Amino acid sequence: MKKTVLVLFFITSAALLKAQSLKASMDRGQKVYEKVCLSCHMADGGGVPHLNPPLSQTSYVLGDKSKIIYIVLHGMTDRIPIDDEFYSNNMATHTDLNDQQIADVLTYVRNSFGNKASAVTAAEVKAVRNKKK
Amino acid sequence: MKKFLLYAFCLNISFAAYASGNDGVKKSADENAGLKLPAGFTAVKISENIGRARHIAVTTQGNVYVKSSKLYNGKGIFYMKDLNGDGIVDTVFGFGKYTGTGIAIKNGYLYASSDEEVFRYKLNDKNEVINPDQPEKIITGLINRHQHESKSIALDNDGNIYVNIGAYANACQEKDRTLHSKGRMPCPILDSAGGIWQFKANKLNQTYGDGIRYATGLRNVVGLDWNNQTNTLFVMQHGRDQLHDNWPELFDSKQSAELPAETMYELHKGSNAGWPYIYYDPIQHKKILAPEYGGDGKIEGGKDAQDPTVAFPGHMAPNALLFYTGNQFPEKYKNGAFIAFHGSWNRAPEPQKGYLVAFVPFKNGKPSGEWEIFADDFAGGDEFMSPNKAKHRPTGLAQGPDGSLYVTDDVKGAVYKISYKK
Repeated sequence: MKKTVLVLFFITSAALLKAQSLKASMDRGQKVYEKVCLSCHMADGGGVPHLNPPLSQTSYVLGDKSKIIYIVLHGMTDRIPIDDEFYSNNMATHTDLNDQQIADVLTYVRNSFGNKASAVTAAEVKAVRNKKK
Repeated sequence: MKKFLLYAFCLNISFAAYASGNDGVKKSADENAGLKLPAGFTAVKISENIGRARHIAVTTQGNVYVKSSKLYNGKGIFYMKDLNGDGIVDTVFGFGKYTGTGIAIKNGYLYASSDEEVFRYKLNDKNEVINPDQPEKIITGLINRHQHESKSIALDNDGNIYVNIGAYANACQEKDRTLHSKGRMPCPILDSAGGIWQFKANKLNQTYGDGIRYATGLRNVVGLDWNNQTNTLFVMQHGRDQLHDNWPELFDSKQSAELPAETMYELHKGSNAGWPYIYYDPIQHKKILAPEYGGDGKIEGGKDAQDPTVAFPGHMAPNALLFYTGNQFPEKYKNGAFIAFHGSWNRAPEPQKGYLVAFVPFKNGKPSGEWEIFADDFAGGDEFMSPNKAKHRPTGLAQGPDGSLYVTDDVKGAVYKISYKK
């Protein structure tokens, strides 16, 4: 009985801690978003039709994390469709943002605008940054 | 075999028989199709939900050709007719299996552009395309690097066609749209884009070597028109974006929402509007050195670049220009310029604006007064922050044989007809 209580205690505190750190990352990420991303992708993540892609419910945002980390770091100049739509504007590179900032902003984007996906960690950003371009 | 026969049958369908109802348009309860207009003007939505309507040409018979930037039933040009005379399109014939923006009628031909090429189609005496599946390719191989890719067209009275080739960059930086990235010197884009090229209207398969770089230093022109009064080409430039994003220590987001101006130029052979080295500040009324080239928002530049004919507020995205020569509208509109503004995105976090048709009065080929809003509320009326909330966005302009003004929209493919009744 004692053991079960202890285990339950650890599970709930772990979940609480996780929720707290997610909230903290989201809050920091929102600040990065407003400074760096909002002017093209808009406050509601809706983007600009045919120019700047939306960030709500798109496969790029919700899918493979390393792919979206790479795009934030190195920008995007290729003409490739995003969920069957083409977007004309090039995306800037953001190598000036640190690993934590990119992790935070992606965690924010992946959990805003109707999105729900796992958090991105600084270690995951670092791994992509260190890969040869 | 059956499939083949069906295909052959489809190809044989004649022009008039290819009738389909314009299911998109129901007589709207909205007064003036939801538009806000000056007193005495009325608007009717004559078509909707067919492609992504870009530029438009109206025949002397009052029929309409629309170029679409999205295929609809596999077609990119739509010829629209009102057969029963109720003012609403009821027959649409689609042809041209390519997307694009430019379309124009001149001397018995319909001209239309993709994002790399320009085609022309011979017209019969009713201004109907004789052979919709076999156009002549007059220009080919134009640069399309997906940014500012549309190729708008205009024709003069001496057998020339003018094509916009937009710069595939915002400000010719080493890294496009990137914080503190410097401008390339000289900007290598300008040899093959960032200007207006002149070609022959009747020569086949022309490319860069056959044309002339007529004007340079124009970041992206979507709206352009030949002015028959001055016998010159006028263009509307889309000014650069992201002054605050890329140079936050020089421009705050409020300044960045207003700078730079969207500019009109009267061009001559050899004209230079100064992009990317300068931009036009509509508050200081000066050409300002771009921050990518050492500017700070105050240092002037562009001694070799011409001043704009008219400067409009920033980021409103002028997508069409039309000099009005009709007799239907009141006298003040004669020979003046209508401009279709697509509406802003790069004003965020400030509210968006400019989803409207503007007017500038002209006398003797020069502006004779301030610009004003002619038709407004395309986006839906209320203030809004996100361009994807806009219901309609003005994109093309044409004048009908009765002097009515046609406006296209590339959100829902709507075509509006604006008329004046005292």
